[in-house]
Amino acid sequence: MTHPKWTRDEMASHVAQDIADGAVVNLGIGLPTLVANHLPSGREIMMHSENGVVGMGPAPAAGEEDYDLINAGKQPVTLLRGGCFFHHADSFAMMRGGHLDVCVLGAFQVSVGGDLANWHTGAPDAIPAVGGAMDLAIGAKKTYVMMEHLTRTGESKIVAICTYPLTCIGCVSRIYTDLATIDITAQGLRVIDKVEGLAWTELQRLTGVPLLAP
Amino acid sequence: MIDKIVATTAQALADVPDGATVMIGGFGTAGLPNELTDALLAQGARELTIVNNNAGNGDTGLAALLAAGRVRKIICSFPRQADSHHFDRLYRAGKIELELVPQGNLAERIRAAGAGIGAFFTPTGYGTELAQGKETRDIAGRMYVLEHPIHADYALIKAERGDRWGNLTYRMTARNFGPVMAMAARTTVASVHEIVELGALDPEVVVTPGLFVQRVVHVERAVTQAGGFKTAA
Repeated sequence: MTHPKWTRDEMASHVAQDIADGAVVNLGIGLPTLVANHLPSGREIMMHSENGVVGMGPAPAAGEEDYDLINAGKQPVTLLRGGCFFHHADSFAMMRGGHLDVCVLGAFQVSVGGDLANWHTGAPDAIPAVGGAMDLAIGAKKTYVMMEHLTRTGESKIVAICTYPLTCIGCVSRIYTDLATIDITAQGLRVIDKVEGLAWTELQRLTGVPLLAP
Repeated sequence: MIDKIVATTAQALADVPDGATVMIGGFGTAGLPNELTDALLAQGARELTIVNNNAGNGDTGLAALLAAGRVRKIICSFPRQADSHHFDRLYRAGKIELELVPQGNLAERIRAAGAGIGAFFTPTGYGTELAQGKETRDIAGRMYVLEHPIHADYALIKAERGDRWGNLTYRMTARNFGPVMAMAARTTVASVHEIVELGALDPEVVVTPGLFVQRVVHVERAVTQAGGFKTAA
């Protein structure tokens, strides 16, 4: 059955609205990169990328690409005034030392306890690759996940216990999906927003695990 | 007189023995010392252990070293990429050993080797399969995993400018692993696009102090190409 959904840009906009002026932010590969397009004007935000840059700007104009200036997804970027470069150990010290305010990550699954699975499907023929996912997830003051609410086959990606290999334990503070925005609290999953036209009972049915009303 | 300038990449790598552990800088294509990797391929050393963030892009550089069967083991964080076909084939055939390390642990383990740290506790990876079998500890209420340094016989890194003392500067995100790998290897070979007179590098902007570098070799600048894009799991 079909139900109303937020678009990917609407999801990105929800995340962007929650990023405060002055924040140091790392956007993960994939869906989270859209957040950069929706940051409210008037907020000055320092974008960090784990390959050694803070103060990252938007993609360069066609023909202006310089592949010595790339983001973690290996895409060419630009440097804003005030931006700077540093080596990999310093870059990860910024994460692991708790100097990042927010990181936004994609996910395969998030558990009710805030466990994250986003690096490996665990499929026997898959070549594992972790990159900076585990460091990012544990390091930022707030770890936000941005993902579709359901898998392609309709299963909830918000689960009681992750069945995919874990990236970190208890690190996720908020989940932004195409159906709802949900805080992970000590009391459980608290829905703070949901897409217009989706009944509460339907959201609860699709999610499977218990949800708390706003 | 101290003079770390070496005339050719072949001379810079002539003494790499079989079985050596070799760090190779670079993230994506930025900072990949392709001329040095090519020289290592030509030199013929076998049974190498390679430390790099990735596991080769396309058919050149590290990928060519893999394709030639010179690498016994790779220590990296992100082997699977859109253009990592040589690694993928060797891995699936069981012909290469992989030690998969979260990227921050990789950088810090390399740094620790250079800094004389015996081992360190890190929160990264706690409770995951990448921490299986490793010692853990509760420190002030948070759980940590014990990680050990990664030492190397050689580090091959790409810098921008260098002088005969081995002082280096880098170019933008091509810096990445260069400074920490330079610290961690017994012999660090840096390729630079420009060799300058001693004193020409502003001492306030030297990134890698020369004492971490043993050999400096000039290579012509080549435009860094796109590459190393990730693929979904």
